[in-house]
Formats: sequence, C-alpha cells, structure tokens
Amino acid sequence: MNGIHDMGGMHGFGAVDRRLDEALFPEAWQGRVCALAGYAMGAGLANIDAFRHAIERMPPDRYLSDGYYGRWLYALETLARERLDGDTLPERPETGSVTREVDRAPRFAVGDEVRTWNRHPRGHTRLPGYARGRRGVIAEVHPACVYPDTNAAGRGESPEYLYTVGFESPVLWGDEAEAGTTVYIDLFEPYLEALE
Amino acid sequence: MTVDPHGSESPEIRTEAIETLLVKKGLVQSAAVDALVERYEQDIGPLRGARVVAEAWTDPEFRARLLEDGMPAIRELGFGDNTDSHVARLVVKENTDAVHNLVVCTLCSCYPWAVLGLPPAWYKSPAYRSRAVREPRRLLAELGLDLSPDVEVRVWDSSAEVRYMVLPQRPQGTDELGVEELTALVSRDSMIGVERP
Repeated sequence: MNGIHDMGGMHGFGAVDRRLDEALFPEAWQGRVCALAGYAMGAGLANIDAFRHAIERMPPDRYLSDGYYGRWLYALETLARERLDGDTLPERPETGSVTREVDRAPRFAVGDEVRTWNRHPRGHTRLPGYARGRRGVIAEVHPACVYPDTNAAGRGESPEYLYTVGFESPVLWGDEAEAGTTVYIDLFEPYLEALE
Repeated sequence: MTVDPHGSESPEIRTEAIETLLVKKGLVQSAAVDALVERYEQDIGPLRGARVVAEAWTDPEFRARLLEDGMPAIRELGFGDNTDSHVARLVVKENTDAVHNLVVCTLCSCYPWAVLGLPPAWYKSPAYRSRAVREPRRLLAELGLDLSPDVEVRVWDSSAEVRYMVLPQRPQGTDELGVEELTALVSRDSMIGVERP
C-alpha cells in the first residue's frame, strides 16, 4: 500500500541524530513489546508479513508519533482484536524459515536488465514506491522465498524467487541524483519484467 | 478485556493489557518474555559483528567464506542461532578504496539482528530511512564521513528477507593487533556503513 511507511526519498524529516536514545530500550515497556511480538508471531498470531502490514495500516499520524516499538504495540493490538476474538486459537507455524524449494528455475540471471512493475496494490508489498516502473540490473539471485504480497493477506505462501536489483541513482532521482551511487533493492520475481 | 487499537492509554498500560491477553490465550508466558528481554539487553549485541569483522581482517579464508555466504560463516564462530529464523540470507558487503557500502531499510527497519543485535534509534528514524537512498553522500558527510567523489557508493535497501552487514576496511597501523584487540576497534555504526573504524 502507498503508506507513510514507504519512506525512501521523502523530504522534510531533517538531520539524522545518532546521539538520541542510545539505550536499547529507553522505556521498559518497549523491551516487553519486542519480546511479546516475537513470541506471539512464533505462536502463530500472525506471520511476519501480516505483522508488517498491520503496522502499515496504522493511521499515518500514529505511525509517526508512536515510535518504533509503539508501532509494534499498535500492530499487536490490531492483530489480537482481529484474530483472538473467538475461542479459536491460531495454529503454530511449522517453520520459521522463509526460503522454499520450488520446481522451476529463476526467470532472471545476474546481469539481466529488468524493469519493475508500476503497480500500487492496496495490500502489503515490498517494492518501495521510489523504485516502481524503474530500470535496473539483476545483481544477485537468491533462493525462492515466501511471497509477502500474498502471505500478508492470508492468501498462501506462493513462493517466488528473490533478486537483488541495482538501480543507478539517476534512474531513481533524476537530475537531483548524487553521482557514482547505486541503490540495491531486494525484489520478488513478480515485480520484475524483462527488458530487451 | 477490551483491546482498543486506537487506545489513548499510556503505552505501559496498553503493553500490560496486551500481555495479559496473550498469556490468557496461551500464546506467550510472562517468564519467557522476561528472559528474552534480558537476553536482548545482555547477549545479543553488535559485539558479535565486531568479532566477525576482526576474524575477516585476520583470516583471508574466513573472509572469503563470509563474503560468499554470511550465515554459514558466522555459524563457524557460534553465532547465527534461531534468533533470526525468518531471514533468508546474511549478505556481507566489503568496503574497499573504491567502494563504500551503506545499509538501510526504507520500508520498515530490517536489520541484521544475528550479528548486530537490535537496531539503534537513528537507524529506525524517518530521517535516515528517507534520505539514505536519495542522498547518501550528503547524509554521510553530515555524520562526519566525507567520501571522495571517486568512491562509488552502494546503498543496500533491505526490502526483503536478506540482511546486510558492512565489512569495514581495516585501519592503517593495526598489523600487530590480534583478533581481540581488533574486535574492540569495530563500532556498530561502521558495520552499518555510516562511519569508519
């Protein structure tokens, strides 16, 4: 979804301050939320993709004001409300691993030129907005993984090959691009189409 | 118990409420939560990554294996247990005289927990997530790292289940140092790519 979480390239957030909040959990509740989320996911409350999507579904103002673990807390509340209302408990997942064997070869090889699709799904996706409809080159081919777009929505794992795709900075940022810079993004096969 | 996702209660009270619910439903045990928090705070930290870097600086064969495939290599050192089971791969990118690597996650805050522990606040900040892909050189300069225009910048946006760690360059004049002393030189932020050891 085109949400506030998709921050790559946005203006207006100012300087990066490395001095703030050096404690791991400045407030005790943050550590508890971190651990609670880990255990609740492990117990089957939601998969990692549904959890991320629950964060993305927050109202944008809350996303910005609640902070990192505040967003986790919000997502836990959302998922608990949606999934723990009745007596049925979630099933514990068989594996925490995200890689899957598939009986087909990867469609692309290192060096292939590709273009990302220009789609704006309302659900969860891992193609950042700043890289839609852009031309890149396959830099690495990874094993097939659970496909977040379907998995987040409870429509199954439908594993897809994962690629690291390199984008020259001017392709992404035009005249404003910094020279000599390449941005690499990990993208699933359906996001990519071959370029002749 | 009512769990209100738009709650205006304090996060402390909301955390207690959600914990009570998750315990009641049998999804978590409070003692296990206590133990995990303690473990995050004490055991899993950037020290692991620093040790990995020091080994790579002193053992060329380990360095080659690390750059080939990160997870099996860090397991040789006893790291990379199941704290990060939803991660497909750990990829280590080496800084050289010609290439500088920088890691970010623009969509959430994906981070190589297995070697660096939990991410620092600045890594999760909107300022870092928005700017690292658009103007990395300016951002690095603001953070005190001025790169020559001759140095290529590679930014790794961790948008899926691959996690990235930077292998910084070994500082000059450290030829005499052993693994333990070298480990102490490696900062967390140098393994994200925003400073040099």
